[in-house]
Amino acid sequence: MHIVVCIKQVPDSAQIRVHPVTNTIMRQGVPTIINPYDLFALEEAMRLRDKFGGEVTVLTMGPPSAEDSLRKALTFGADRAVLLTDRFFAGADTLATSYALAAAVRKIGSSIAPVDIVFTGKQTIDGDTAQVGPGVCKRLGFLQLTYVSKVVNLDLQGRSIEVERRSEGGVQVLRSTLPVLITMLEGTNEVRRGSMVNALSAARAEIVKWSAQDAGVEDIGKCGLRGSPTVVKRVFAPTPRAEKAALVDPAGRPPADALIEEIFKLRPKLEDDMFQLARGF
Amino acid sequence: MIEERFDAIVVGAGMAGNAAALTMAKRGLKVLQIERGEYPGSKNVQGAILYADMLEKLVPNFREDAPLERHLVEQRFWIMDERAHTGLHYRSDDFNEEKPNRYTIIRAQFDRWFSSKVREAGAIVLCETTVKELVKDAYGKVIGVLTDREGGQVHADVVVLAEGVNGLLGTRAELRDRPTPDNVALAVKEMHFLPRETIEARFNLKGDEGVVIEAAGTISRGMTGMGFIYANKESVSLGIGCLVADFQKTGETPYDLLERFKKHPSVAPLIEGSEVKEYAGHLIPEGGYNAIPKLFGDGWVVVGDAAQLNNAMHREGSNLAMTSGRLAGEAIFQIKSRKDPMTAANLALYKKMIDDSFVIKDLKKYKDMPGLLHIQSQNFFLTYPQLVSKALQNFVRVDGTPKAEKEKLTLKSFVAARSWTGLFGDAIRFARAWR
Repeated sequence: MHIVVCIKQVPDSAQIRVHPVTNTIMRQGVPTIINPYDLFALEEAMRLRDKFGGEVTVLTMGPPSAEDSLRKALTFGADRAVLLTDRFFAGADTLATSYALAAAVRKIGSSIAPVDIVFTGKQTIDGDTAQVGPGVCKRLGFLQLTYVSKVVNLDLQGRSIEVERRSEGGVQVLRSTLPVLITMLEGTNEVRRGSMVNALSAARAEIVKWSAQDAGVEDIGKCGLRGSPTVVKRVFAPTPRAEKAALVDPAGRPPADALIEEIFKLRPKLEDDMFQLARGF
Repeated sequence: MIEERFDAIVVGAGMAGNAAALTMAKRGLKVLQIERGEYPGSKNVQGAILYADMLEKLVPNFREDAPLERHLVEQRFWIMDERAHTGLHYRSDDFNEEKPNRYTIIRAQFDRWFSSKVREAGAIVLCETTVKELVKDAYGKVIGVLTDREGGQVHADVVVLAEGVNGLLGTRAELRDRPTPDNVALAVKEMHFLPRETIEARFNLKGDEGVVIEAAGTISRGMTGMGFIYANKESVSLGIGCLVADFQKTGETPYDLLERFKKHPSVAPLIEGSEVKEYAGHLIPEGGYNAIPKLFGDGWVVVGDAAQLNNAMHREGSNLAMTSGRLAGEAIFQIKSRKDPMTAANLALYKKMIDDSFVIKDLKKYKDMPGLLHIQSQNFFLTYPQLVSKALQNFVRVDGTPKAEKEKLTLKSFVAARSWTGLFGDAIRFARAWR
């Protein structure tokens, strides 16, 4: 079995700031991390590998410095890493990114081993679009399983996979034939530490670097800025909430009652909603 | 357990560890360096000043790509009381040389660069990995380390302990005692961000020129300690530290000292309007020569802060760390190339090399200073700074008092505070410790 996990190196959003005057994101000096959602995808992929055998290849598109993220993925225990890096890829939106990644997955399939499953995180913390996974899937002609919380079963002989998918108001249990692309929900597992053997081989690993040409990209015009119809019109920092905390004086009432009374006073609609809900029980 | 065997394992990726790993890797030794931080430099705290000479011996052309802030053209020593500072400033255009002598740096950035050189030289650098203990054979010889990763035991001919001031690994393995509270200082620092032009205007700098201010006096509230202000490109590093034993005794807190230092009328205008982005605290070895532990044994050597190699009088530490790391690396290489085992008898070569270097010679010169300044801290950090400040104010203030009378008053204030014997005693003790 061959699994490809697409990851993205993102700025650590906890440490990012918006320039007060120019309203642009200040990336300078902000440390980069693997998109946290992608770690759940990576761990799920490695668990399947450990159980059913096979290999996990990690793929990312980005500047040469994205090598750090791939090396980290190898430290966690991935088997191989491919970095898609080329100036033609710069400035890509989700459309152009999924075009390039799909080409690379195809190339991985033809040059390394046929790909059975592609994993991605649910979305990234910098773009938050959740579009790249489905975009890659569509281009590959794979079946698509998004917002997956758990892989229930995998039948390599029968070429099928069963997963739990979180949806509004419940959990769907879905079965699909392989190959599939799975976008993994957060909080579903915890990425492993990686053994000393993993860490040592990751430190030594030669990261495979592919240009657009190496990846077999057919139409360079569909890559990077040229292939990106999305235009960012404006970036702004939301104004911080001005509401202040208030100290509630119970004035003889039980503290919890006093608190609820004060909340309802501020949010009358909330009181109605709560009554409606209570009537339902 | 890892089957593969290394020539040397270096624990820690600070100045000393990087110097040792680089020295050995450059000479073709198979080196594994293990760092617990997320990346080299993530756990390292220093003001920080970089001394070019010691780095040049490791990376001769470092100026080409190292992340340097400003080269120093000016050094200011301040003796402070509550409202004033008496300064001795040395500034020279000679420091605007082709290869400047000292730079301000930001360690998180610098250490990453330094580590990239270690990797390029061929060493394997493992981050986010903590060495839990040293592995010894039946005869007590150190033969490797045990890390916190699964299957985490790795073997090597020799282990270089560059684990930093706390030295938990070495103390746990009973290679040395834990540093005592009177041998370590606790320092806190903040990074104040300001526009480049503002820094250059406030500190009287142009281009990449930099300045260091070192301050002592009532800011440490009678404790043995110092404050510092370093001008970086777009930030000012500012901090203060005192002996841990003094903090214990007085109940003072480091952050309170830092707040007071920042509010001092001589300091506040320098950082006005700045944005604080970083706050860090760290221990600094201050015990000097008398606190240096055993530097080598069967299968191990210790370098840098873990070996207490810090010159508190000159505020030098990273250069001693780099030099000790380099010398340890060179000694190990020499022993290895003779195909000799890494026994204590052979590793004594490192001790000999470091004894012959400025590292031990400088520390020996000031061996009595830490003790003197600690015992006499009330006098040296409270009484004298106040007397000096008063004397200078008396000297410059014009108020119709005849000069001879002013001088008499100043002398009287010194004698009243310390008595004639006290004054002579302090002068002799200080001169002796300095010698």
